[in-house]
Amino acid sequence: MKILNELKMEFDSRSVNEGLARSAISQFAAQLDPTLEELGDIKTAVSEAVTNAIVHAYPEHIGRVWLRVRVLEGGVLELVVRDRGVGIPNLDEARLPMYTTGGADRAGMGFTIMDSFMDTLKVRSDQGKGTTVTMRRRVLPRSFR
Amino acid sequence: MQVNWEIRENTMHIYLTGELDHHAARTVLEQAGQAVDGNLPMRCVLNLSGLAFMDSSGIAVVLGIHRRLKAYGGELKISGIPAQAMRVLHTAGVDRLVSII
Repeated sequence: MKILNELKMEFDSRSVNEGLARSAISQFAAQLDPTLEELGDIKTAVSEAVTNAIVHAYPEHIGRVWLRVRVLEGGVLELVVRDRGVGIPNLDEARLPMYTTGGADRAGMGFTIMDSFMDTLKVRSDQGKGTTVTMRRRVLPRSFR
Repeated sequence: MQVNWEIRENTMHIYLTGELDHHAARTVLEQAGQAVDGNLPMRCVLNLSGLAFMDSSGIAVVLGIHRRLKAYGGELKISGIPAQAMRVLHTAGVDRLVSII
């Protein structure tokens, strides 16, 4: 699919950057003229993916998180969140609802939410090398609503 | 992110204002938990109408408060849920565990 616009960000895996990632994606997605619900879904999915990288990828130190968002032909928003952290040992287990290796303040619902709020979700993880989450969501043009 | 609470007619009302994400969740859970533990209300209403955003971190907060109350027989209800937060709670099935008013 043809790329119509692109934004790349790179930031420290500090939780204070979660809000920054959401705002940037929200502003960028605005060019597709999404409904409030579509925008809410996109922001939530980004928040989950970025939080996963911040909580799980670098347990011992602060690492880097890369975020790339593209507008593709046909009103498709593509989001890629990548880290070079420890990787996910068992991806099938990690994608199960309520599964978490985090503490009592984590619900284990991140992947379930990304999966239900976006049209497609792909996760690639290599132990010791990092994780890449790719999500797409088509934003319907106004005439179709 | 702000946590305020008051007790009216034997019911504790907890108000969350701002963006409830992983960055805010621990503090929110601590503050709300202290309010519950210090007063042990039998009825508690968590008012989410001031939330501009909530992700799955909010589920852990709601369930954390729910568990604390349940431990001594108290009851939690959630009110004023914005549409975006409702989608998150519904996806996680929290609306089947905690009553919504």
